[in-house]
Amino acid sequence: MDNIAGKKSALSWVVNLSVIALVLLWTIPTFGLLISSFRDRDQITSSGWWTALSASERNVIVRAAAPDSAVKVGDVWTISGSVLEGASGTVTAFGITSRAPVDFAPGAVATHRNGTVITVESDGAYRLEYAEEPEGGKGQRLFVTLKSAPGVTLENYSQVLFSEGIGRSFLNTFTVTIPATVIPILIAAYAAYALAWMEFPGRTILIAVIVGLLVVPLQMSLIPLLSLHNKIGLGKSYAGIWLAHTAFGLPLAIYLLRNYIAGLPREIIESARVDGASDFDIFRRIILPLSFPALASFAIFQFLWVWNDLLVATVFLGNNENQLVMTGRLRELLGSRGGDWDILAASAFVSIAVPLAVFFSMQKYLVRGLLAGSVKGG
Amino acid sequence: MLAQLISAFDIMILGVFGCVAYYYLSNLALDTLWPAHGKRAAHNINRTTAIRPWLFLFPALLLLTVYLVYPVIFSIWLSLHDRSGEVFIGFDNYRWMANDAKFRESFGNNLLWLVVVPAASTAFGLLAAALTDRIRWGNIAKSLIFMPMAISFIGASVIWKFVYDFRAEGQEQIGLLNAIVIGLGFEPQSWITTGFWNSFFLMAILVWIQTGFAMVILSAALRGISEETIEAAVLDGANPLQIFWRIKVPQIWGSIAVVWTTITITVLKVFDIVLAMTNGQWGSQVLANLMFDWMFRGNDFGRASTVALVIMAMVTPIMIWNIRNAKRDL
Repeated sequence: MDNIAGKKSALSWVVNLSVIALVLLWTIPTFGLLISSFRDRDQITSSGWWTALSASERNVIVRAAAPDSAVKVGDVWTISGSVLEGASGTVTAFGITSRAPVDFAPGAVATHRNGTVITVESDGAYRLEYAEEPEGGKGQRLFVTLKSAPGVTLENYSQVLFSEGIGRSFLNTFTVTIPATVIPILIAAYAAYALAWMEFPGRTILIAVIVGLLVVPLQMSLIPLLSLHNKIGLGKSYAGIWLAHTAFGLPLAIYLLRNYIAGLPREIIESARVDGASDFDIFRRIILPLSFPALASFAIFQFLWVWNDLLVATVFLGNNENQLVMTGRLRELLGSRGGDWDILAASAFVSIAVPLAVFFSMQKYLVRGLLAGSVKGG
Repeated sequence: MLAQLISAFDIMILGVFGCVAYYYLSNLALDTLWPAHGKRAAHNINRTTAIRPWLFLFPALLLLTVYLVYPVIFSIWLSLHDRSGEVFIGFDNYRWMANDAKFRESFGNNLLWLVVVPAASTAFGLLAAALTDRIRWGNIAKSLIFMPMAISFIGASVIWKFVYDFRAEGQEQIGLLNAIVIGLGFEPQSWITTGFWNSFFLMAILVWIQTGFAMVILSAALRGISEETIEAAVLDGANPLQIFWRIKVPQIWGSIAVVWTTITITVLKVFDIVLAMTNGQWGSQVLANLMFDWMFRGNDFGRASTVALVIMAMVTPIMIWNIRNAKRDL
């Protein structure tokens, strides 16, 4: 139809460019953190992640070896070593006072006001020469500008997985998520079938109640249920959180599944009834297999919701090593290591990786579920 | 450690088997008690048909009652009691709330969130839906815009905290936003600690997450519009913008309303983002986080319940609207 307007190419340019802008806006924040999670700490704090592909420059202050380690070579006492101390990079400038930290090119000769002659080579080697035997235990300060090549490091990931407790939390999250995703499906499916295909008084009211419960804020439930769990001895345990997540997931599960099951062709169910199948058989043999897409949609919702949940986990699980889930750990890291972007970025990506994988591989079901869950209401 | 994961699997299987066993056995019991044959077959069948739905519904109803219905009632009771939950204090908690500066701040912020987030998410979602439907790589674009939906609020907070990162002027900025601001020749800002406007930077995170949802729903709605109305408009000489605003948008009002209300509910419950970004400091508190504060730091269940009830009250109109719509469909 745009052909009729006669400006298809101009319009399609605008559309394409706008979509590119939108997509960039929506992906760049995540992308930036992803890049950062592969940079080492010094790189992250010294330059923006968008410079990751170019070499980064940073200024560091290094102390030369202590004067009493000077050795006499010919007439002069010398101290030599490397400013890099094992790191990689090249020196692009150096200085010997804080007021002029970049005054000398690598290889140039700087003379300190006490007469010491200092040079720093581009490969990091420094050499101090004294006319007389130097004294004292403090080394000369050297101001160095280091340029390091862009490097990719997996150091952050190995650190968070093995020493920051993320690995453990990853397992805890799985422990919470698996039963909390699977158990509500079955319970909801039976209820949904009853609400869709069985006649009984009060059915309409029950459906209305479930639609109402869909939006009850979790905040309502926290205090009463925490007291209840403590009273019946569940306390802060996995059993408690499984039950809580199962119950909180039920309204959506029943609603989605009922809509889907009610839409199955009447003839199939009626003819099975005529053949003498009981409701139990119909459910097991016909409804369950046919509703697979709806079951999958809900499973993905519930999985994402439980995996990403912080509130329910904070309230119903403790924050010890054995129970702290990934979102809880991430929150803790944000508090205790707020500026350590190397740790934060890698931790965030470990926690995001699984839901993102689920999202991209099962997107079809997710979209289908969203449509089934929402469009009907309008 | 692995033992824990294995036990989770065990529980899952146990849970599933437990459920299956319950449904199977309860059905078996029903059929044995009132068999569908013999002398009183007709009577028995009537009996079992009346009972069976409740067998199917029982576990779900039990959980829903204990975990969602009972808490609402118990919360009302708690809100009339003091911090220990033992001494009845009438409406003191409500009186406290009305005069509490932090509550007013949270309530005001929540109202602001309620206006900005659903509006912005729906608008961006509609824009994305309308544009991506017109291009060849639309599906990839949709996937990417939809992606934040899979990211936890807390993960999103880490992502955006990095975007908003602030270093004093003169230092190298590693936050993208400040780098852009400097590139444009302005001074770097500490986005999340400057009162009032900081709330908007937190809202941006939720908009970023929710836009994909709005886009998916609205895109389906747009595709559901009948070709005829559009063809008629084209024949009448309408330009693409007119077609969009005058023909398409009016036909999808229903979906827009659903998107708007669903996001509204999410906004009322939002807590992770505020907790992670500012923890309610610098004038950015919201009700859900205030409730959490009173529950865990204040240890005052009475006040926390009162705040929760306010959230509940704000959700109620939407709840009623949803129920009405659902009843109409039945």
